[in-house]
Amino acid sequence: MTQFLQALVNGTSLAAIYALIALGFVIIYKSTQVFNFAHPALMLLGAYWVVYFATVVRWPFWAAVLMAAGLAALTGVIIERLTLRPMVGKPVFAVAILTIGLNTVIMIIALNLLGISARPVGDPWGLRFFTFEFLGGSLNIAHRQVAALVTAVLLVAALLTFFKYTRFGLAMRAAAFDQEVALTQGVSVTAVFAASWAIASVLAMVGGVFLGAPPGLDRSAAFVALKALPVIVIGGLDSISGALVGALIVGLAEALTFTYQPQHAEFLGRDFAQVVPYLVMFLVLLVRPYGLFGTKEIERV
Amino acid sequence: MRRRPGLIADYRSDTAILRNNVQRFWFTVLIVALVVLGLGGTIPLVPGLVDFSLKGDLLLLGVSALFASIGAIGLNIVTGYAGQVSLGHAFFLGLGAFTAAVLGGTEVTRQVFDISTGQSVEKTVLVGYGLDMIIWLPAAGLVAALVGLVVSPIAFRLKGLYLAFVTLGLVFLGEHVFREADAYTGGAGIGRETAAASLLGFRFDRPGEVFGVSLSRQQKMFFLGLILLVVMALVAKNLARSRIGRALAAVRDRDIAGEMMGINLARYKMIAFVVSSFYAGIAGSLLYAAIGRIEPSSFNLLLSIRYIAMVLIGGAATVAGSIMGAVFITFLPRIVKWMAGLWIFGFISESPTGGFPNLAQVEQILFGGLIVGFLIFEPLGLYGIWIRIRNYWKAWPFSY
Repeated sequence: MTQFLQALVNGTSLAAIYALIALGFVIIYKSTQVFNFAHPALMLLGAYWVVYFATVVRWPFWAAVLMAAGLAALTGVIIERLTLRPMVGKPVFAVAILTIGLNTVIMIIALNLLGISARPVGDPWGLRFFTFEFLGGSLNIAHRQVAALVTAVLLVAALLTFFKYTRFGLAMRAAAFDQEVALTQGVSVTAVFAASWAIASVLAMVGGVFLGAPPGLDRSAAFVALKALPVIVIGGLDSISGALVGALIVGLAEALTFTYQPQHAEFLGRDFAQVVPYLVMFLVLLVRPYGLFGTKEIERV
Repeated sequence: MRRRPGLIADYRSDTAILRNNVQRFWFTVLIVALVVLGLGGTIPLVPGLVDFSLKGDLLLLGVSALFASIGAIGLNIVTGYAGQVSLGHAFFLGLGAFTAAVLGGTEVTRQVFDISTGQSVEKTVLVGYGLDMIIWLPAAGLVAALVGLVVSPIAFRLKGLYLAFVTLGLVFLGEHVFREADAYTGGAGIGRETAAASLLGFRFDRPGEVFGVSLSRQQKMFFLGLILLVVMALVAKNLARSRIGRALAAVRDRDIAGEMMGINLARYKMIAFVVSSFYAGIAGSLLYAAIGRIEPSSFNLLLSIRYIAMVLIGGAATVAGSIMGAVFITFLPRIVKWMAGLWIFGFISESPTGGFPNLAQVEQILFGGLIVGFLIFEPLGLYGIWIRIRNYWKAWPFSY
């Protein structure tokens, strides 16, 4: 029983991280029609700035996060302006491939800055746990896991409020709905593009910080970020609530597999939990080709 | 007509593979040049100034480029001609490579001490049947094609980005299977020897005399690759200009309109996937047979992206473009190495560990930058550049 609860706790905190990264994908996709494969690299670069300011310059952790958020937003805006603006109106897939190219370039820079070994992010949580003893077992909840969940919930709530109640949020929703109509209504679509890249980049950075929290940040974090892909595909590419549900599904599926597969289905091999998100994605797409909450494309000839 | 060889008056000559005498001439020149290169000769690119020959490691790169071209043509059939973006090409290459390795490779056994009986027993560590190339080469293609057939129903249901993600998931699942099936693949980080390239007793993997000319192992592989590439390229070209090719183009350009005209979408998407996987299987088996060793984790997302880059940089929906792209991407490490020797690029450090932009990093950055650059400035790829140069000189000195 405690083992099961432990898996649920781990899954939920994993889901919080996936949700942060996946939200960035969805925001960029919704407002700019760009599918951003460069997200893992942006995450790594953003999280590196936290590592740099917190452990090299030795600023307080929160100041480092704020500074990194500023730099991450700036990086997002610059990338959008330089490489994606010329591609407005080009086929979605050409742009997606372009972001793969971007990913390789940014990744090289980020990995070079980061170095080979895992770097501590200078977080205040460390390896401390809340431990609960009951039913003959103990349930360990790391401070980091709680922090990840709380941060994700706060950020998501803040974003949803922003989209729903602010003027600029409305402009972003209008641009996501129809760029040309939004333009004619006086919405600055370029500002919307810049803002969505900045927001997504910051979200990825925060996700990266939690990924790197106790063991340290290294290149493997980029592979974890790639698992945000099944998350958003399960939820539907253009649905924010879908991304949250997808994150929960993938996080729990992965944590449960991680806990039970080695004992009960050993033939599936080591690290099977790592590919479970992709399996879930296959199954969901076979039943619902546009994900759980995605808009079905209606085409005319 | 006899006096106007350039005039195209009917559909037959419009769709001919080599449309006029100029093309026929240069195609012959190219083949002769490749044969000379394969025999170890030197081609003067600019007579007296720049020579080119395939010596040493360049020969292995040349062999790899030929087989990679077959793989790139395969990806181009599904992505360029049929417009179904597949990020799963690495998986099909891997299937071909491992099928060949299992069928054509040698069995490895090890003495294992059995505790219960107290005797040591022979245990198979790696499965290998040691079959001839005439079996493992088609089998590699067929196994990949069969898996392509199984996957294609998903492709029929999905479109665009969703299809790209499913094929991307395929790579991750495939990588996992390759890593875990260590009786067949050798396991992660270890790998295994590949199939012995022996065709009905003729050894491509040993140096020897052919028609009185003594050839090295790689030279033999080069000619095998050249012959196969010409055959596979002609087959692809023919496919593209047949009924199937026109149907694929319709699926790519406007699938619903195509369906209205009576094109069975499921059928043609399936054909595209199966043919593409077959090419990938053949390419994978021979590519790694030329290198000699394969390792499961090399069939990752990066390899798929390399092939996508070949198709995009070369030119989507062109066979010549796929070949140009494959050759270019395969030779990219060499080009970077050559660049590092020039004084302008003196900042590139040649040691693998020291300095920020070392060779591998510059190669990666150039690779990413080229994808970005080609998509923004020349969506038709190298083939498009070639067409523009050709048209410029055709009309020279008049601009129209």
